Amino acid sequence: MSEQHESVKRTVIVALALCIVCSVVVSAAAVLLKPLQVKNQKLDIRTSVLRTAGMLKPGESADEIEKDFARFQVKLVRLDTGDYVDPKSLGLKDAAAFDQRKAAKDPALSRALSGTEDIASIKREANIAKVYILHEDGKLKRVILPIHGYGLWSTLWGFIALKGDANTVAGLGFYQQAETPGLGGEVDNPKWKALWPGKKIYGDNVEDPLIHLVKGGVDPASPQVDHEVDALSGATLTSRGVTNLLQFWLGKEGFAPYLKKLRAGEV
Amino acid sequence: MSEVTARQVLLEPILNNNPIALQILGICSALAVTSQLSVTLVMAISVTLVTACSSFAVSLIRKQIPSSIRIIAQMTIIASMVIVVDQVLRAYAYEISKQLSVFVGLIITNCIVMGRAEAFAMKNGPILSFLDGIGNGMGYSAMLICLAIIRELFGSGKLLGYTILPLVKNGGWYVPNGLLLLPPSAFFLIGLLIWALRSWKKEQKEAGEFKLAAHKVKEAF
Repeated sequence: MSEQHESVKRTVIVALALCIVCSVVVSAAAVLLKPLQVKNQKLDIRTSVLRTAGMLKPGESADEIEKDFARFQVKLVRLDTGDYVDPKSLGLKDAAAFDQRKAAKDPALSRALSGTEDIASIKREANIAKVYILHEDGKLKRVILPIHGYGLWSTLWGFIALKGDANTVAGLGFYQQAETPGLGGEVDNPKWKALWPGKKIYGDNVEDPLIHLVKGGVDPASPQVDHEVDALSGATLTSRGVTNLLQFWLGKEGFAPYLKKLRAGEV
Repeated sequence: MSEVTARQVLLEPILNNNPIALQILGICSALAVTSQLSVTLVMAISVTLVTACSSFAVSLIRKQIPSSIRIIAQMTIIASMVIVVDQVLRAYAYEISKQLSVFVGLIITNCIVMGRAEAFAMKNGPILSFLDGIGNGMGYSAMLICLAIIRELFGSGKLLGYTILPLVKNGGWYVPNGLLLLPPSAFFLIGLLIWALRSWKKEQKEAGEFKLAAHKVKEAF
């Protein structure tokens, strides 16, 4: 190598030029592919809603998923009162345009949770949540609620689907998580997810969710058997996280007021 | 350096100089992404493309890169390529990109890519470097595909998601080997493949680094 190659000035120039070229390539790719990626993410959420509701047929195409999903109504719910919110009052075109994740970061649309409230370790909670409901023959068939909370390594994002009585679980599923594959990552295992349908969330008290995971497996003779699901083996902390996030989102800081009104037919 | 031909750089790494079997590079991702063949194929194509394109780019500017910052310059190029691949996967193969998750990003740290840039592309022309990247990518892919076929077929009785061996739990006759679905099984398989390859091609055997001395003194008794 010649002397000229090694001078400080030249090193800086080459480094700068390389960085500029690389950043142009990377940002071009990111910007050009953004619309497709957003579309994929939307479809992924919709698929997850259908799957959680137990209504996803195997091998369904993107168009069929869109069609099935269109039967659901998207609604915005005020978590503290449990009433529906008109998306227009938030300056949105429709309820689907609401981004709960973004809202949870916006001080105007969310509130900070105190240490004792924040059992799901999510720090801030949006005041409004986006729910999906399905009516069939004029009767409520499914309510799908977004839930999230901290497991061991990551925040688990998912849905829980309830049947028309707003108490019986129709399904549970996470669409985003980064728990240990093979241990906590088994929250995605269809066998484990198949344990959920039919479980009851509330007992006599409609504000206090009883559903939880049980280490070592559910004892079929337990009086609580309707509210218990097997914990994931080898994943104590992820299981605890799942229990906590369900307790939070189905409790009075979460959807309990809404579900109460839904059951009474007030909303 | 002796003359190398395009044919050599393209085909040598598949059997004679396999990056996984002989150079023992890229083991991490070989463990992580081989439990399903479809995911493995995408990973193999991604690594091949990244290795080829980054070798090409590094070779193109090899005379301009000051040697004091050459590693970081190679890293920048490789990292950019990987981000582009990641973005493309997210746009066109979302499901698979979710399964590959962090491993696409980790192509950056795959020693094969860096190794080829430093060992070959810095000394050879762009076309030859490109072919060298393809060749090494194919060597990596060949090994990964072998692993994935064995792991998916005997671990879950399927290939590319189609049932080949009907499982007992679905009313068939095959009892799957659950270990094959866990990453450590790939260690055993890679070891066995290396053993097979070296028994066939004796020149790949490495000379022992030291020999245990025989006992000269009778101890105890």
